[in-house]
Amino acid sequence: MLTFTDKGIYCEPGKFYIDPWRPVDYAIITHGHADHAKWGMKNYLCHHYTVPILQSRIGADIAVQGVEYHEVISRNGVKISLHPAGHIIGSAQIRIEYKGKVSVVSGDYKIQEDGLSTPFEPVKCHEFVTESTFGLPIYRWQPIATQNHQLQQWVQHNQAQQKTSVFVGYSLGKAQRIMQALEEAGPLYVHYSIGKLNRAFEQIGVRLPKYEIVDLREDVKHLDQGIVIVPPSLLESKVIKKIPHMAHAICSGWMQVRGARRWRSADAGFPISDHADWEGLIEAVKATGAEQVHVTHGQTAVFAKYLNEIGIAADVVPTEYGQEEEEDSPEHKEVQS
Amino acid sequence: MKAFAALIFALDSTNKTTAKLDAIQQFLRDGEEKDKLWFLALFTGKRPKRPLNTTLLKSWAMEVTQIPEWLFLESYSAVGDLGETIALVLPPPSCVVERSLSEWMTDILLLKSQSENDKKAFVLQAWDTLLPQERFIFNKLLGGSFRIGVSSKTLINALARFYGMDESAVAHSIMGQWNMEEVVFDRLVQGHYSDTELSKPYPFCLAYALEKSLPDLGSRAEWQAEYKWDGIRGQFIKRDGEVFIWSRGEELLTEQFPEIAAALSGWEEDFVIDGELLAIKDDLVLPFSELQKRLNRKQISKKMLTDLPVSVFLYDLLEYDNEDWRARPLSERRAQLELLVSRHATPSLRLSEVIQGDEWSTLPAIREDARSRNSEGLMLKHLASPYHSGRKKGDWWKWKVDPLTIDAVLIYAQKGSGRRSAYYTDYTFAVRRGDELVTIAKAYSGLTDKEIQEVSRFVNRNATEKFGPVRTVKPELVFEIAFEGIAFSNRHKSGVALRFPRILRWRKDKTIADIDHIDEIKKLIPSST
Repeated sequence: MLTFTDKGIYCEPGKFYIDPWRPVDYAIITHGHADHAKWGMKNYLCHHYTVPILQSRIGADIAVQGVEYHEVISRNGVKISLHPAGHIIGSAQIRIEYKGKVSVVSGDYKIQEDGLSTPFEPVKCHEFVTESTFGLPIYRWQPIATQNHQLQQWVQHNQAQQKTSVFVGYSLGKAQRIMQALEEAGPLYVHYSIGKLNRAFEQIGVRLPKYEIVDLREDVKHLDQGIVIVPPSLLESKVIKKIPHMAHAICSGWMQVRGARRWRSADAGFPISDHADWEGLIEAVKATGAEQVHVTHGQTAVFAKYLNEIGIAADVVPTEYGQEEEEDSPEHKEVQS
Repeated sequence: MKAFAALIFALDSTNKTTAKLDAIQQFLRDGEEKDKLWFLALFTGKRPKRPLNTTLLKSWAMEVTQIPEWLFLESYSAVGDLGETIALVLPPPSCVVERSLSEWMTDILLLKSQSENDKKAFVLQAWDTLLPQERFIFNKLLGGSFRIGVSSKTLINALARFYGMDESAVAHSIMGQWNMEEVVFDRLVQGHYSDTELSKPYPFCLAYALEKSLPDLGSRAEWQAEYKWDGIRGQFIKRDGEVFIWSRGEELLTEQFPEIAAALSGWEEDFVIDGELLAIKDDLVLPFSELQKRLNRKQISKKMLTDLPVSVFLYDLLEYDNEDWRARPLSERRAQLELLVSRHATPSLRLSEVIQGDEWSTLPAIREDARSRNSEGLMLKHLASPYHSGRKKGDWWKWKVDPLTIDAVLIYAQKGSGRRSAYYTDYTFAVRRGDELVTIAKAYSGLTDKEIQEVSRFVNRNATEKFGPVRTVKPELVFEIAFEGIAFSNRHKSGVALRFPRILRWRKDKTIADIDHIDEIKKLIPSST
């Protein structure tokens, strides 16, 4: 039912694309990260939580329809429904059904419940499209409670030494998770690019911890000994160095590996990710019961080979996902992570 | 192992020296006596031999995790460190047990004599009771090297601060061999055992590369100029009739160079001399590759002694007649060294030649010509300088000849280890032989982080296979490779080996058509080899 074209993942009978990277007439968007939600589509369909994000990032005047999870809509005889992917707020797996055959395009997903995004839901299907960002057995995440505890401890440690805790995390998803983990830990300051997305979430009724938006180009003395969250694009800029007594931590799945932590030479690195770890990927694939799996981005060759070895037919399909944010392997770190 | 793990984690997660010093001082306050001794031993290279080989560790880890070998190797190549890979792929521990570093080390030392099954049971049990971070340290303790985030200089610096001592005094106290069972940590660092030890070498005085023009150094008359040699720097110690030869890497070489030891024994005085071991035949210094043949041998045959005779060029006098001379000016030390040598005519122990001259102007030409003597260039030492501990700027300079260079093309790339494990940082280069490309050198360093990322992206896009650690890439990127020497060798397909090859710069202005031909490169090989 799905074909993999140079514009994106295409549903032939439904005549629509899922997360296309070239302009098309009708695009269903799994989530608001820039490598999945591109500019230039005539019509967008996504979860209604993702609507303000698309409007904020692509343009207020785009033609976009928001739907609830599980709400079924029909297009050229193909039944379409969105199911929680647990990646970020509003992220969805796209389930399509045509003549009794079911395909699911999962976009990016994680199995762990982060307390912010609607938890991942396995969807039975014949054909499953998966990511494999952290598709190596070295990637195994700690329970969310442990991760949060580690962040809190690091902040306490900094506070004891009169230092300012600066967290580097992607502005859509990671930043809100960090905020939530540190709600009670001290005054929270967020970079205005994160603030913009926070406002979008709050407008649709998502409750976030109290925070203050800061412009690092202005006076930053008041941030001293507080908690500041900034996007990765600022990591190598001079502005974060202006923050008084700062110690900075990177929150990213890549921080699981010592070499990656040291390469970035941050004061701390926390392996916290919005993607599934190795066991999460396998668990998700198995839960679909799919006969055919397509691996779109990440450790594609490795993951597809492993799935075939455990008896699940899998192949690698070329896409343009993973060029931004965390999917981005460290090889592309200057883009963003 | 909590305090030690915290120390490692702290050292590992910063590259700021002050933060590292703080972490070490914290450990010196918190750590148990025995753990501190182990810490010192591990970080100064005095670790015990590994009790089991890493292939076994790998196979046990694959057995526990049920990971196929290819997948384990993929993981390994993403991590760049076997001990860390194992620590990460293992399932979480079923319970966590706290044991001190010295308790672990005691058990690890006992492993040596145990059966493979007992070793395996011990290791599996340990893995199952340690958190990943501690597991990583445990694996490091078991095998291979233990080089984590701190140089011996930083370590010495931290100890000196903690105990309010001079760095050189600390370096002296902890150098050489000491027995864990016989020393107390505080007393060891504070030098209580060092007097009794005959063999103890001093920290070497090291030079920085010359960064000024010669006239800026002042008057030529204030400086001693010598050739710089590419051999094995050593300390030649004779105290109470006993002779010791130490390498700069703190290895005892006395038995590897019996003819030198015998010559030193023939001198009746007690002394510590800084000098360089070199293969010298018919008054010609041979390249390092020749001297290398004498290293790491159980037995030195007669033939070896005649074919590759070794001599020492004596540089400096550190101790004479049981008195530390290091604070005296070089002119005085040199005069005494000359007097000492003049009393004993020994061909295998010679003075390092002082290059005479009243003007700076004669030196550049002498340096240019240094390679023809198999010398690396010149050393400039201030005549009033003391013999410093370690590297101090200003008194001693090395002024090496410009390296030889070739243009070569990148054909294989491999991910680095440690900090560089996320990127392709280890490269193999090729030059032209007729229509084909032949490998000539591997090089690891010389590019900036940004360039490494750029090369990594090229490798990702232009690799011909997807599995395994080594990627064959389209021969397209041309680099200028610098090296210090060149000799015939079977190790590379090109038939030559370069000494200290490194990337001088990425030649984005050149294409594969511009790389060098092996026949031209062979002409650089000195005729004496």
